[in-house]
Amino acid sequence: MILRVRDLRVAFPAGTAVDGIGFDLDRGRTLGVVGESGSGKSVSSLAIMGLHREAAVSGSIVFDGEELVGAPASRLRELRGRRIAMIFQDPLSSLHPFYTVGEQIAEAYRLHLRVSRRVARERAVEMLAEVGIPEPRRRAGEHPHRFSGGMRQRVMIAMALSCEPDLLIADEPTTALDVTVQAQILELIRRIQRDRGIAVMMITHDLGVVARVADEVLVMYGGRTVEHAPVREIFRAPRHPYTQGLLASAPRLPAGGAGDSPDPAAGSVAAGGSPDPVAGGVAGPVVKGRLRAIPGSPPSLLAPPPGCRFHPRCARYAAAPDDACVTEAPELRELRELCVLGEVGEVHAGRALRLVGAEGPPAGPVHRTACHLAETRGGSR
Amino acid sequence: MTRYLLRRLAAVAGVLLVICAVTFAVFYVLPSDPAAHACGKTCTPEQVTLVRAQMGLDRPVYEQFGGYVTGIFTGRVLGDGPTALECSVPCFGYSYQNALPVWDLLTDRLPVSVSLALGAAALWLAGGLAVGLVAALRRGTALDRSLMAATLASASAPVYFTAMMLLLILVQRLEWLPYPDYRPISEGPAAWAGNLLLPWMTLASLYAAMYARLTRASMIETMAEPYIRTARAKGLYERTVVTKHGLRSALTPIVTIFGMDLGGLLAGAVITEHVFGLPGVGQLTYDAIFKADQPVVLGVTLLAAFFITLANLGVDLVYAVIDPRVRYA
Ligand SMILES: Nc1ncnc2c1ncn2[C@@H]1O[C@H](COP(=O)(O)OP(=O)(O)OP(=O)(O)O)[C@@H](O)[C@H]1O
Ligand code: SF4
Ligand SMILES: [Mg+2]
Repeated sequence: MILRVRDLRVAFPAGTAVDGIGFDLDRGRTLGVVGESGSGKSVSSLAIMGLHREAAVSGSIVFDGEELVGAPASRLRELRGRRIAMIFQDPLSSLHPFYTVGEQIAEAYRLHLRVSRRVARERAVEMLAEVGIPEPRRRAGEHPHRFSGGMRQRVMIAMALSCEPDLLIADEPTTALDVTVQAQILELIRRIQRDRGIAVMMITHDLGVVARVADEVLVMYGGRTVEHAPVREIFRAPRHPYTQGLLASAPRLPAGGAGDSPDPAAGSVAAGGSPDPVAGGVAGPVVKGRLRAIPGSPPSLLAPPPGCRFHPRCARYAAAPDDACVTEAPELRELRELCVLGEVGEVHAGRALRLVGAEGPPAGPVHRTACHLAETRGGSR
Repeated sequence: MTRYLLRRLAAVAGVLLVICAVTFAVFYVLPSDPAAHACGKTCTPEQVTLVRAQMGLDRPVYEQFGGYVTGIFTGRVLGDGPTALECSVPCFGYSYQNALPVWDLLTDRLPVSVSLALGAAALWLAGGLAVGLVAALRRGTALDRSLMAATLASASAPVYFTAMMLLLILVQRLEWLPYPDYRPISEGPAAWAGNLLLPWMTLASLYAAMYARLTRASMIETMAEPYIRTARAKGLYERTVVTKHGLRSALTPIVTIFGMDLGGLLAGAVITEHVFGLPGVGQLTYDAIFKADQPVVLGVTLLAAFFITLANLGVDLVYAVIDPRVRYA
């Protein structure tokens, strides 16, 4: 277990942006973190990096056995870039315009590994070659504005991986790129992850990206986890109305193996691994290539709705209003599908759902969701 | 690069020529009579006519202009007969009131103005950048607020007032400094600097305040850039993040303004020189305007234009060194 997050809270003076999230992440695995804009994805990742300056971070972040919440700033600085690396959404503004890419890659390597300027420079060239930049030696001497969007993101990846970190946090690394390049960058991240066995936290609002790279998915809404499950489960049987809405609003995810050339005309990325992610009556009618967003707007940080934060937009609640939804915040519970008959009094025909537990996340990836009415099937229509 | 430089220098020459022409035109349409001023109050009309002929004022304006410009490169003889005046290369005209060629007047005064400008610039850069940087890094704290209040007061105090306050406190009350009495640097750097300290501080306090505010704003903006977050994410020391990644970018806009300010000041700080009685170009300008000494006014205008266009060129060159995006553009 390289990363173990429990009850993470990040409070700004203006309000609480992350309100108790938790997950485990193993080496060689990828956690996809999805949610609308403002759901707290970046704030959570910056908390792991120890990069919050004005916010109060509480809960627990254990990285390779070491507690990071409350750790001294100097220790967090040592880990940053060395063992936990991060790449960002906009690779152009995330690179310094005045320094060559070679200098920028070498900088962290030189600092953390205490090597000479020359060695660090060689390392930069080596890393540029590894992320697939042609003529790396010449390109190392150029400034970021001379690179295309995809090449810049490769530079960011080279920079992040130069010190061989154990954990890579990628905050929407492909959002600013066009579809073909997106697929290449995701493929690169996957390849490097497999080669080096690092853990990846992939933040995105694109379910196509999740389908492509994630092993597990954490769905965030208003700073809370609403669903947490293995990637197949999320696409096969999403339990939370919000997840169901997200899936319905995503452009159709075409079937097909990973690494296949994606179809840019469809406006989406090929979904690797899942035979047909939108099958099973989960997603509503999908207008090809067009987003059908969930109606309503994300909750306010300052005055989040009482009870379940999603209730103002929840189709399931609208269909069958339940008092609990407006009075009580739903807990994250594990749900299991039972193919057998349940306890006395409960008669189940075929597949049935039953609550089995509400404790912290167990070791293996299980399907957990925070909804009072999770046992209700469907409901997203 | 060499071609670029030559092109830019040609442009500087062009700009100077245009400014020269405009200044000429302005004097031509002005209702004052330079000859009468040059000759003095006791002159008879006949004498004024003679002076006018010697100054070339009886000729068409384009001829006067042509004579002036060629004189810069070849020198010229003003007037003829026994009263003819020799004005050697580079001839920027002759000040009849000072009985000296304008060039001699300028070169005589220039070291004073340059000393004043450079010393003040060093002071205000150091002070302004330091205050601005500290305020930006301590943004929103009481320290930030008091520093900004101080800069506001300092920037809005007139030079006369600042000079008087400094004289009163440092010279009269505390007797830490002598009353400024300009000494050229050839008489020793200590005497030179000691006598210039007060004018330097006066001028610097005005500019430092503006530079502090500028640096603060620029630094705050830069520190919010995504590449600063990247620098922190790399695990760099905060000191490196602030200086190497933040300050480097934040200083770029300041370079432009600094170039302009310095260029403007090299041709004389009129009020500061006047207040402290420094015999610089600014003082020369003040007197020339007061006495309508047209050749001198023309000369200092050209000198100021020369320094400002040169500073402009310097800024562009420095920019190309600082910002690689400009270099390739
Ligand atoms: N420094 C800050 N001070 C106050 N509030 C902040 C700060 N940073 C983020 N927030 C707030 O925290 C919430 C979550 O922001 P966050 O950046 O984590 O969203 P996100 O999920 O990453 O969204 P996006 O998809 O747009 O990147 C937002 O409401 C945002 O306004
Ligand atoms: S708890 Fe209620 S409001 Fe919240 S998602 Fe479930 S049904 Fe909707
Ligand atoms: Mg974000």
